[in-house]
Amino acid sequence: MKKYTYTDKKDTRSGFGAGLLEAGKQNDQVVALCADLVGSLKMQDFINAFPERFFQIGIAEANMMGIAAGLTIGGKIPFTGTFANFSTGRVYDQIRQSIAYSDKNVKICASHAGLTLGEDGATHQILEDLGMMKMLPGMTVINPCDYNQTKAATIAIAEHHGPVYLRFGRPVVPIFTDPDQKFEIGKAWMVNEGKDVSIFATGHLVWEAILAGEQLAEEGIDAEIINIHTIKPLDEEAILASVRKTGCVVTAEEHNRLGGLGDSVAQVLAKHYPAPQEYIAVNDSFGESGTPEQLMTKYGLDSKHIVIAAKNAIARKQK
Amino acid sequence: MTNDITELKRVSSQVRRDIVRMVHGCQSGHPGGSLGCTDFLVALYFSVMKHQPVPFDMDGKGQDLFFLSNGHISPVFYSVLAHSGYFDKAELGTFRKLNSRLQGHPTTHEGLPGVRIASGSLGQGLSVGIGAALAKKLNGDGALVYTLHGDGELQEGQIWEAMMFAAHNKVDNLIATVDYNGQQIDGPTSKVLSLGDLHAKWAAFGWDVLETKGNDMEALLATLTEAKSRTGQGKPVVILMHTEMGYGVDFMMGSHKWHGVAPNDAQLAQALAQLEETLGDY
Repeated sequence: MKKYTYTDKKDTRSGFGAGLLEAGKQNDQVVALCADLVGSLKMQDFINAFPERFFQIGIAEANMMGIAAGLTIGGKIPFTGTFANFSTGRVYDQIRQSIAYSDKNVKICASHAGLTLGEDGATHQILEDLGMMKMLPGMTVINPCDYNQTKAATIAIAEHHGPVYLRFGRPVVPIFTDPDQKFEIGKAWMVNEGKDVSIFATGHLVWEAILAGEQLAEEGIDAEIINIHTIKPLDEEAILASVRKTGCVVTAEEHNRLGGLGDSVAQVLAKHYPAPQEYIAVNDSFGESGTPEQLMTKYGLDSKHIVIAAKNAIARKQK
Repeated sequence: MTNDITELKRVSSQVRRDIVRMVHGCQSGHPGGSLGCTDFLVALYFSVMKHQPVPFDMDGKGQDLFFLSNGHISPVFYSVLAHSGYFDKAELGTFRKLNSRLQGHPTTHEGLPGVRIASGSLGQGLSVGIGAALAKKLNGDGALVYTLHGDGELQEGQIWEAMMFAAHNKVDNLIATVDYNGQQIDGPTSKVLSLGDLHAKWAAFGWDVLETKGNDMEALLATLTEAKSRTGQGKPVVILMHTEMGYGVDFMMGSHKWHGVAPNDAQLAQALAQLEETLGDY
């Protein structure tokens, strides 16, 4: 197992804030919009640098999506910022009609996704957003794993023409990816090569997958770990190459079991290379209040559960 | 571009013929609101707006832009775009048919020149217009943005979010217009969900409010000229246009019943007999 260490922990939303500032420096067409959550989305540095290119929308997310769509007519590259819940479910129809169906170059940037939003509870812990967004034709869906990758992804989507959903989170998590990485949309990242089981993880679950890989290695199991930071377009080639080698799969995501990364992977496997698959995901339920760590443990989204799932997948393979 | 009332009325007559023929041709679509807004869209595209149909530029820099928020009145939009030169009028015959660029509700997805946003799901066009107006300000582009909304559409909450934003942010290069015909699918707006004092509501939200007769070409031109003169003064402008659904076809007027119903063969003949063919049918 390749060794991963970290010296610092930060929230991925801060990676977004840093990336937005950098994207704004690189391209003067980049503009930003926020629905009364500037502090939560870490957008203040961009506002300080480019006050005329920032629009405070107030608590009106539907209006924000429409204004963003309109700003593209005139060549702007709008980045919208609010919580993932209010970036998707609340404004699904606005995104569908005014952005996706209208082919508008809007970047929907969504913080506080999933259970790790924590104490605010299920009203704010969206676990369905990846599903909603990946079903929209033409939408690119990205869920990076740490501060550095979120920053790199934010810069990369400014250079990509087309609607993008960028999902990140609230808690501080280990920074273990390269600070100078070049983010390639749709290109999975090989975290660790292995031969016994493929672990496809996204977002906060990538670090948990690494911890699980270390545990499995101690038990003599050689896990291949791949960071699927782009849910759509999915890197089918990387997925199939891995599963052809290992013969079984664990998918890990901070999302409902229905409609997320796991289902995307399952669809690829069903068509090209059927193999045993175990899901690490929320089992079709809402979340609840608690600390991020408590919630990830209670709902089975941690390294311990990934280890169990990997063993189960391997056992099914051997039948 | 012309200010000749007679000429503009001739265009309106042809557009109305197109509307009833298009809706009859596919036996679906929305003739009522289309007929009621014909004079406004003809005034806008043939007299008021500075725009360049060919080559079509999505960004429209230096051009006035129009956004149809009540996308169901696509027949009038398509006819006016075709007669303005955005595409060949022969294409009007494909309206709502398989493989057409003239979808039931307008879309950019099929690449139809003149359409800059999809609409149909109501309440979204004012926000889009505001975004386009903000982009013009950032680009130092002095051209204007126009939007059109149904009065029933104002029941959508997003409209009021957008109204609040535009006034607060002094989006004064924007002229919104309302097709104030008092009708919606299920009946008069007064019975379905009363709009109350619309003039006072827009004014209270910080807009400069004008009213006009929406089926009177002279009144429309005068009001649109007045509206343009009020731009750039720190307030967004709205025009409440008193129209009649189905205007120009006697049996379609005075009722909500022709909101989304197509005429049969006999009704088509009856309608066309009231509308002079001025520019040639498609």
